[in-house]
Amino acid sequence: MASILPVAKAASVNPLKSSQPLGAAFAFLGVAGAVPLFHGSQGCTSFALVLFVRHFKETIPLQTTAMDEVATILGGADHLEEAILNLKARTKPNLIGVCTTALVETRGEDFAGELAAIKSRRAADLAGTEIALAQTPDFDGAIEEGWSKAVKAMIETIARRGPAQRRNEKRVNLLPGAHLSVADVEHLRAMVEAFGLEPVILPDIAGSLDGTVPASWVPTTYGGTAIEDIRTLGEARLTIAIGEHMRAPAARLQEMTGVEFALFRQLSGLKAVDRLVRLLGELSGRPAPASIRRRRAQLQDALLDGHFHFSGKRIAIAAEPDLLYALATFFIGLGAEIHAAVTTTGGSRILEHIPCDTVKVGDLGDFEALAEGADLLVTHSHGRQAAERLGVPLLRVGFPVFDRLGSQHKLRVGYQGARDLIFEVANIFESARCEPTPESLDPFRYQENEHERRPASAIGRH
Amino acid sequence: MSSQARIQALFNEPACEKNQAKDASTRAKGCSKPLTPGAAAGGCAFDGAKIVLQPVTDVAHLVHGPLACEGNSWDNRGAASSGSALWRRSFTTDLTELDVVMGQGEKKLFRAIREIVETYAPPAVFVYSTCVTALIGDDLDAVCFRAAERFGTPVVPVHAPGFAGSKNLGNKLAGEALLDHVIGAYEPDDVGPTDVNILGEYNLSGEFWMVKPLLEALGMRVRACIPGDARYRDIAGAHTARVNMMVCSTALINMARKMEERWGIPYFEGSFYGVSDTSDALRQLARLLVAEGADRSLVDRAEALIADQEARVWRRLEPYRARLAGKRVLLNTGGVKSWSVIAALQEVGMEIVGAATKKSTDEDKARIKALLKDEKHAFDNMAPRDLYALLASGKADIMLSGGRTQFIALKAKTPWLDINQERRHPYAGYDGMVELVRQIDLAIHNPVWEQVRAPAPWDAEGFSIAGASDDGADFIARTHRKFAATAADELGEC
Repeated sequence: MASILPVAKAASVNPLKSSQPLGAAFAFLGVAGAVPLFHGSQGCTSFALVLFVRHFKETIPLQTTAMDEVATILGGADHLEEAILNLKARTKPNLIGVCTTALVETRGEDFAGELAAIKSRRAADLAGTEIALAQTPDFDGAIEEGWSKAVKAMIETIARRGPAQRRNEKRVNLLPGAHLSVADVEHLRAMVEAFGLEPVILPDIAGSLDGTVPASWVPTTYGGTAIEDIRTLGEARLTIAIGEHMRAPAARLQEMTGVEFALFRQLSGLKAVDRLVRLLGELSGRPAPASIRRRRAQLQDALLDGHFHFSGKRIAIAAEPDLLYALATFFIGLGAEIHAAVTTTGGSRILEHIPCDTVKVGDLGDFEALAEGADLLVTHSHGRQAAERLGVPLLRVGFPVFDRLGSQHKLRVGYQGARDLIFEVANIFESARCEPTPESLDPFRYQENEHERRPASAIGRH
Repeated sequence: MSSQARIQALFNEPACEKNQAKDASTRAKGCSKPLTPGAAAGGCAFDGAKIVLQPVTDVAHLVHGPLACEGNSWDNRGAASSGSALWRRSFTTDLTELDVVMGQGEKKLFRAIREIVETYAPPAVFVYSTCVTALIGDDLDAVCFRAAERFGTPVVPVHAPGFAGSKNLGNKLAGEALLDHVIGAYEPDDVGPTDVNILGEYNLSGEFWMVKPLLEALGMRVRACIPGDARYRDIAGAHTARVNMMVCSTALINMARKMEERWGIPYFEGSFYGVSDTSDALRQLARLLVAEGADRSLVDRAEALIADQEARVWRRLEPYRARLAGKRVLLNTGGVKSWSVIAALQEVGMEIVGAATKKSTDEDKARIKALLKDEKHAFDNMAPRDLYALLASGKADIMLSGGRTQFIALKAKTPWLDINQERRHPYAGYDGMVELVRQIDLAIHNPVWEQVRAPAPWDAEGFSIAGASDDGADFIARTHRKFAATAADELGEC
């Protein structure tokens, strides 16, 4: 069990986190016809927007209540109402996802009450548009927390309460975590469908952020989960949640509708995927399709061929809790060791299960200090400075990845995703291989301080 | 001397233990085993010659033939260089159909040598014949002679066309080329009483660099390590060394013996694989050097270094004893002298459940059998099918072998470690033994084995194709118990 080291310093150096409302907006972006709305000053929205655009290379619908000085003093309810009405009139969205920011949360208002009042007062104007509220101050949490809250908010606001009158035996709800890419979500959909089941995915960023080119200008998201499908989540046979941070939304859905859930902490390892395949088999009553069997055999082979490159390698990872967990178990499973583990927030229950001694809650400054001596850095694009300074290669994961194209289409779950990730990492090791030199192999080189060294690390690091 | 005569002479190698053991009539047949078409494996003579010479680092290696010989095989070995990288560049005359038909091979070769000399100015060019150029009768010697004269650079013909025979024969033919054209071509002005040559050491993954400092600590100078990390001039002056140590015995035995004949350099066979072998090699070098006139104190200094290094290596191996005791090793290689590795692995408590003796001499075989609990564990050769069956039934915890049998082990879901020429890790000397044991430890204890051996979900016990339609409620209850995740630790597995 890993012990969790809290933040111990005042100055954060090179932040690892992105803020919580960004995570909430990210989830709202996975719903068809949605516009996330930041309740805060316009800078909050602008920075998040720019980061989304740098990552996805897409136009991102994201609006702001544009809190000004007066509103900040007198209260933001008017701005919220105006923003919602304007958005409704201009973009006719199916969903407005309100994400509160640190500014309005610090001021402290009854957002739920205000929103309820706006909805009833403007019922006619707002007909056909759902409004969900995620309370996501920037000073708490990060992407996973924001994402989780937004999904929970959508379930609470839109899904019908009570046991469904009619269950659809083929229907399965999928609640993917924030750490899954477009390709991951697409792949999970295909896997579920391969068993003849009908997945409803919330949020479905594969429908909205997959970089397609629409035929006309659309001011909202132009794909993703349909509102009607959220409304009928209670008709499903089972909910499959992926990532510890999806436990809360899944549990809330179960409370509301009685649909039970199965939680998968990660899907980047053979055994975890086995468990999913087995579950889908039982749900559908169908044997696993040949394509899935084939993929499993390919993963077995990738594990065999790839493990040589991972054995004894020291991996430093900085990521949000569930992504950190998925990656750490992946690397451990191939014989590598976790040299450093840094995460964004200390609240997740998954952290103590991360297979290493300590998990540091911190930033990329901490990461850089801890990562010295590692063979591979694993974090998002902001880790590139540390990689340069340490002279260690970097595997880009999570959000944001702004200096590489196509990160949304990187598949890292399922048999196939695990297979590809093995190859990707092994190839990084291959290209970072240094040729041996006489100095690096000299048997007398450690004679003086031999006792200070770990017995295994002296040679053969390449 | 014609190629045939040369090959016959090589087959009659008086210093070869295998050859010595033969009676006169078997010896006359030579040692090339007839290959069985459709059931042959292994490289050709060209391959063997290239293996031996390619690690010479500052030389341009030019292959005279159509593309396949060089084009399909270049940059495939892990020898290391402390200087020039020219050896890794691939040069071939890439003969075309027209070249062959019109007999333009010799001209093209001459031009190729010129281009290489003009562009890279190497200290020498090694030119390799191949099946096609040997067959069409290109006069390699004449072209090389003329080119050397014309361009003022040594050009060495290497006659080892593929059809001449096995890889091992090619090794020896490469040695002949060095004897005929290189060794003795240069007189160093710093000849000393403790100069040694190491023959048949390839410096794979730089592993000779784990040994060389040991020799230097004793005041020995490596005049030439042939071929590993060698420069042309090292080899050209190798005839001035006092002692030759021969590392890979079957490859360059002819070279060692002829150097003794021509220049009076005594040689011995030794190995840097394994602790006791490394110590013995140091001891032998010291003893022979003293016999050749080096300072007597060398023997005592060698013993002191050996004592020091052995104590250190056992101390470093100690942590592995607990992790590896009782693990069963299948040693499927002929390239290294298996018995010396066997002894070291047994020292950390591992059990040898099989050892291939295909390329071992009778003496080696006897030593291997003496070390094994059950002498039936020594086998000459094992068919892939049998090897797979043995590994799949879990009779070994790891196989050490060359790349050729790698996938037999992996497909049998058995840990495997490469100990042949493509390997990534240096295993020579005392440090190398620690590295070998460390790599075995990493391989055996890698968590992938448990994963790849896990039954597929559709094969797993208890899997039932439950009716999808009418037992929904019951199913969810079961599903909930079985899959719904509380904090079950099983979910944490990769």
